[in-house]
Amino acid sequence: MTAPFEQLKTRAQQRWNELTAGALPWIRVGGGVSGEAAGAHEVTLALNKAIEKANRRANVTRVGMLGLCYAEPLVDVQLPGGDRIFYANVTPEKAAEIVQTHIAHGVPEASLAFAQVPAPGGSGLAGVPDLNDLPTMKRQVRIATRNSGHIDPRDLLQYVANGGYAALDKALTGMTPAQVLDEVKNSGLRGRGGAAFPTGTKWSFLAGNKSPVKYILCNCEEGDPGAFNDKGVLESDPHTLLEGLILAGYATTSSNGVIFIRQGHEEPIEAARKAVQDAYDAGLLGKNILGSNFSYDVEVALTGDSYVAGEETALMEAIEGKRSMPRYRPPFPAQAGLWQKPSNINNVKTLSYVPQIIANGGAWFKGVGTPGSAGTAILCITGEIQRPGMYELPMGMTIREVLNQIAGGPPAGKRIKVLQTGGPLGGVLGESDFDVQIDFDAMSKTGAILGSGGIIVGSDDVNVVDLTRNLVAFNQFESCGKCFPCRLGTTHMVEVLDRICQNKARAGDRELMERIGQSMKVGSLCGHGQLGYNPILSAFKYFAAEFDELVKDHKGPVGAFADGTMIVPTRTRP
Amino acid sequence: MTSGVTTAADTELRERIRRTLRSQKQRTITVLSSLLAVQHEIKYVPEVAIEETAHFIKGATINDVWSVASFYTNFRFTPPGDHTVEVCWGPSCHIKGAQHVLRAVQSELGLDREGETSDGKFTLRYNTCLGACAHAPVIAIDHVHHGRITPDSAVRHVKQARSKPAPGH
Repeated sequence: MTAPFEQLKTRAQQRWNELTAGALPWIRVGGGVSGEAAGAHEVTLALNKAIEKANRRANVTRVGMLGLCYAEPLVDVQLPGGDRIFYANVTPEKAAEIVQTHIAHGVPEASLAFAQVPAPGGSGLAGVPDLNDLPTMKRQVRIATRNSGHIDPRDLLQYVANGGYAALDKALTGMTPAQVLDEVKNSGLRGRGGAAFPTGTKWSFLAGNKSPVKYILCNCEEGDPGAFNDKGVLESDPHTLLEGLILAGYATTSSNGVIFIRQGHEEPIEAARKAVQDAYDAGLLGKNILGSNFSYDVEVALTGDSYVAGEETALMEAIEGKRSMPRYRPPFPAQAGLWQKPSNINNVKTLSYVPQIIANGGAWFKGVGTPGSAGTAILCITGEIQRPGMYELPMGMTIREVLNQIAGGPPAGKRIKVLQTGGPLGGVLGESDFDVQIDFDAMSKTGAILGSGGIIVGSDDVNVVDLTRNLVAFNQFESCGKCFPCRLGTTHMVEVLDRICQNKARAGDRELMERIGQSMKVGSLCGHGQLGYNPILSAFKYFAAEFDELVKDHKGPVGAFADGTMIVPTRTRP
Repeated sequence: MTSGVTTAADTELRERIRRTLRSQKQRTITVLSSLLAVQHEIKYVPEVAIEETAHFIKGATINDVWSVASFYTNFRFTPPGDHTVEVCWGPSCHIKGAQHVLRAVQSELGLDREGETSDGKFTLRYNTCLGACAHAPVIAIDHVHHGRITPDSAVRHVKQARSKPAPGH
């Protein structure tokens, strides 16, 4: 261990002891965008007010997202050295009760509690389940999300106290860049941004390039509606991403890293900026990291609203300050990428696995998941489901298992009919394929994709043609306009879907959409146009009857309103 | 629009834009980063900001700056209303009734599309994904998210905002 890291670790341990076993109780409130939407801010205010009223003191911290969104707002209270008691669906009134019992009287009330993590060696509070025995937690293997919801994302020391930057220290003191690269190759890690390309192979393209300036670009332009795991990791544990990014820089002998985020997502942006600044201050970034010969610089770059900016070459255009339109390839990014320098683009989740891969070895990671898809999938399950949330599960579980055992199945009295996976360029999945494994290749075979890990659940109440219209309208709205088959094709398809939903279908509309989709596929430069027809294609596969009802039998209109119209934005790119 | 007369307010706005452009702290400063900084500070991109950005970024023309400004859908070229109401229309929210929320908010604001109310109190925007999909349907008022919304609760939130001053005042 390097001396600078040893000192950092000592400080971190002191900080952690103060928080968990110091003079004051520690109250952690689950924050992030999800916690906020559930009311975490009001709950924090109520907690502070009640503590003041009871004339007590406590450390109240906004941590990131544990992922159990159905239980939000989520609060956990730990008396010094005591059990962690979790309270779910906390309202301002319940917050006051929690303070009254747990803080003022020092006795947690089991009937209010949701779960607990007993203090080491203790048996915990009778009648309250262990957090890790909850159906939503039991089967999780938390690698990238291991700290999410447990630590303050703004505190570098809390990350270090929980094993953070030990992998970087290990790499810098005892491994060559080639050894780090080999470890990632051996882990079988594949990119989590959607394309599932082997990360080690991608890195080796860059490692082989001798240019003195090389970039690793971390893509956090999470545009997929229904997926919030990139922002989730970033706002909950930005240092795991940053450590992964620095390790990627070391493995590929790069000089610079860029974290790329859309403006408007303030929490993840602030988390990333603070993490970068704190890492510089601690000697984990900049010249001679931890006293080694390795130097690395990282900056946070913002983009405007554009879904296509998440495409790797469009992303480079955006960082260069231009319209985020895809570039022609070749040259590939590893030859000439950002500012024409060799570059690699990795998704947030991909990089967030790397510290644990280096700490525990590639073979360990490969032992999780399936032979072809090592590790975990960080799934965001939303829509008509009992327990929506973000769950990090080993690859290989079936979708049905995940929906029923983890996410609690459909709301009472409903049946799950359709899933939308992999973002709006993914597709829909019908019940006949719910037994498919969560695995990149198994999912691809169905025609759907795992993509970034979003799974949106719809019951019998959902009309698939209307859902398809929503997805294609998104693809139309977000087309960058560079390739006309995509720009005009998506526009034309929305028109056709609109008239189908409004019960004004024309004979041959289905064939027309097929023709347009085919042109988009062959005539577009990037995935947006190439895959933009997927929602319709996959809907034909599972739900052809629903199209026939509208196109042939005119049994419409469908949609939210009696006339079959749908409200969509009118702003378009000129 | 540009008229022949330069007022004190014009000069002040121009100065404020120049200060904003110069005060960017990050290493890489581009046309896009400059426009984002201006919109963050002034809440929209005034016409003079296009001109100033073109001056500020070496080698950039007014055309270049317009091309970027017109591409990203978050940029706006007129001042927004005092409060911004964003309603998510992403698929998670769509399945959970976002269209009814949209219609209710439209009718509360007296709008039939995105834009500003005639009294300048509100801007309505449809958002492709507000990122809190587990709590769908979601709206955000002045960038504060509210989840598990119904048409009625959305209208209630809008009414509450109406009685508050614009954020930052």
